[in-house]
Amino acid sequence: MIAELGLAMLWIAAALAALQLVAGCLALTPKGGLFMGLVRPVAIAQGVLVAGAFAALIWLFLSTDLSVKLVAGNSHAAKPWIFKLAATWGNHEGSMLMWVTIMSIGGGVVALVEKRLREETLVATLAGQAFVSLGFYAFLLLASNPFQRLPEPAAEGQGLNPLLQDIGLAFHPPTLYVGYVGLSIAFSFAIGALVTRDVGPAFARAMRPWVLGAWIFLTLGITAGSYWAYYTLGWGGWWFWDPVENASLMPWLAATALLHSCSVLASRGALKAWTVMLGVVAFSMSMVGTFLVRSGILTSVHAFAVDPTRGSFILALLAIYIGGALTLFALRANTVTEGARFSFVSREASLVFNNVMLCGILGIVLIGTLYPLLTEAMGVKVSVGPPYFNPVSAFFAIPMFLIMAVGPLLRWRDDKAARITWAVAVPAFLAAAALLGIVIFAPAVSVLSALGLALAPALALASLMPLRGRNLRRTPLPIYGGVLAHLGIAVALFGMASESAFSTEKLAAMNPGDVQQVGPYAITLKGIDPVAGPNWTALEATLAASYEGAAPIILRPQARTFSNPPGNRTESALSTRWNGQLYLVLGEEAADGRWQMRLWWKPFAPLIWYGGVLIALGGLLALVGRVARDVKRLVATDKIAFRRTAQGR
Amino acid sequence: MSAQAPGKPGPKKPGLALWLPLMLFAGFVVLVIYGLSRNANTDVVSAFIGKPLPAFDLPPASDDRPGLATADFTKGKPRLLNVFASWCVPCAVEAPQLAALAAKGVEIDGVAIRDRKQDLAQFLAQNGNPFARIGRDDLSQVQLAIGSSGVPETFVIDGRGVIRYQHIGDIRPEDVPIILRKLAEAGA
Repeated sequence: MIAELGLAMLWIAAALAALQLVAGCLALTPKGGLFMGLVRPVAIAQGVLVAGAFAALIWLFLSTDLSVKLVAGNSHAAKPWIFKLAATWGNHEGSMLMWVTIMSIGGGVVALVEKRLREETLVATLAGQAFVSLGFYAFLLLASNPFQRLPEPAAEGQGLNPLLQDIGLAFHPPTLYVGYVGLSIAFSFAIGALVTRDVGPAFARAMRPWVLGAWIFLTLGITAGSYWAYYTLGWGGWWFWDPVENASLMPWLAATALLHSCSVLASRGALKAWTVMLGVVAFSMSMVGTFLVRSGILTSVHAFAVDPTRGSFILALLAIYIGGALTLFALRANTVTEGARFSFVSREASLVFNNVMLCGILGIVLIGTLYPLLTEAMGVKVSVGPPYFNPVSAFFAIPMFLIMAVGPLLRWRDDKAARITWAVAVPAFLAAAALLGIVIFAPAVSVLSALGLALAPALALASLMPLRGRNLRRTPLPIYGGVLAHLGIAVALFGMASESAFSTEKLAAMNPGDVQQVGPYAITLKGIDPVAGPNWTALEATLAASYEGAAPIILRPQARTFSNPPGNRTESALSTRWNGQLYLVLGEEAADGRWQMRLWWKPFAPLIWYGGVLIALGGLLALVGRVARDVKRLVATDKIAFRRTAQGR
Repeated sequence: MSAQAPGKPGPKKPGLALWLPLMLFAGFVVLVIYGLSRNANTDVVSAFIGKPLPAFDLPPASDDRPGLATADFTKGKPRLLNVFASWCVPCAVEAPQLAALAAKGVEIDGVAIRDRKQDLAQFLAQNGNPFARIGRDDLSQVQLAIGSSGVPETFVIDGRGVIRYQHIGDIRPEDVPIILRKLAEAGA
């Protein structure tokens, strides 16, 4: 019954989306005023219905209704409830429903609260949102119905992919999804504004909270994904420039650029065409990312999510939406006025510069990701890795970090470089001193790491500079948000540079009782024992790790062998201190009966992920500040409107 | 603030550059359509499938079976080449399946990776010995040369010494018919 209810709600929602599109288009015709009032309520109803359908699917999973094919295939009665919940989106159909749900709820909320835009622009935005949703509704209802019943209820479910039975991994994909789909709202705003030629500050203000929200989730998703790869893959690395990692990084880069150009447009009315373009690109990169993950077109560690047929479908959607949006852009962008001018030394100019750098990085990541495919088309097999990505992205990133330190200090429109001399000189001096120190005391450090190590503290200091001379209690939250996010970049940069410059690695063959020194730790192998899990067996090493002679702590890395599907996986053992992380991996038994162990000491490596969390937190502060201000304004205008009506009576 | 009146045309700019994003995107679509058409009909297969075995001549790994050389695979009949080790747990798990294959008349040769004679003898005594020959590969040289990255792996080699199929991981009971079919195809 619940399943049928869910399916019915989904169909009605799809019909409403179609109505929303048609009514929206008609409303924009000269005589369409009649339909104008229809679009908002339909969008809200659509959001509510899809939320209901998604709730129905969650209910089916929580109650383990085994007559539903999707539940029987992906869940199990004996699982803890949290994994039953995660199983709702831990499969193709459920994740697509989640995609549509986030998209439609977003559209509904826009319809409910957005009051600043001209009504035509809002209607065009909602029509655009409905147009994009319809493709995914079609995909869901025609090709991947999540509510399909089995002819006979299954006796027991088949369980979730064991890889996904990890609490971090259960929530990592939906986090990225919220980010990806959140950008669809920005995309729709861009379409709406292009259709009605209404690209202005109001458009940027309406779009900004959505971009911020999506960006926060993307930041968290990428940070969590990086940490997951770090501790489960057992290679000691934290970023592999894997196509799927790149697929999540590209929308993040575009969204970061969009966020900043949005603030130029919102405050100064400049960068109109550029902001619209980024709004289109950000969601396009999300779709391209999803496509690359799902189609199996590039080989990657995420190969478990691959399906070429579905890939073709997503490609068709991609071609329609992105192609359509870019065509609209090409037709309309030169009718968008460029707006306020600004001088070479100004906040706007620094943001433009950093936007270009971010897009440069985006471009090189995209090219690097697609390069193997490109060369294969010409008959050569190559793989592109860190030797390409690291220096080439640094080429753009280092100037970006420099301007990032200066930009927030500059005034809008026009400023004098002399005004901020001191605020820039102090961090610059710090960076120069740090660089000199590294050259003298650690000459073996590579150029990139040295630059990173020298820039990070200076950038951290510079990121605090915008607070200088401000009344801290009256400083708006978005300013704090920017400060915190930039500080997070500095923190993560320091972690990355330190990890790459100072990590010590030791490959050792150990007998029980042997001691090895790695960094400040003395590691003793106590023993190796077999252990068994629900669907795996493992060898587990027991190691005692003593930090500079302190009382030892016990760490247990494992080498796991999964039975079905067969495969091996290492479970590294980590111990985190404020100044670094110990990382232990159990390898194979050597011919002479000793055990291969890989031991790493990674100074300040955890800062990479703390930095990521700080960045997201900065985004959250900015979002809370913006939304609070919007709500205040909304309440105030409502009060005025209420008074007017009261007086009118 | 410069809230422009909508619809008012701005300064004229070269319009062609605005089509550039669309053209780049079209290039991307063409590229991935090529990629999809290429991917549609290939499982991810080893690059070694269809290649002849590299030349090797391994010394015997146990006292009661001879060593293994490339020449042993060019006698006209398809054979299985099983890469295993006594220290590998899944290798013991797949032993009954190998025994079942041997009982059906399949000829199986083994390559023991980084193993010791007494360990191997104990392993074969416990799990049975389905092998006609067992070569000893102490440095994983042959293993790497045939594109195997772990133990156990099983290769179908046709009667001319060409690799026809690679099975990664232990052979589960449900894999036995697949391997028999691949053997039959290799013999045809």
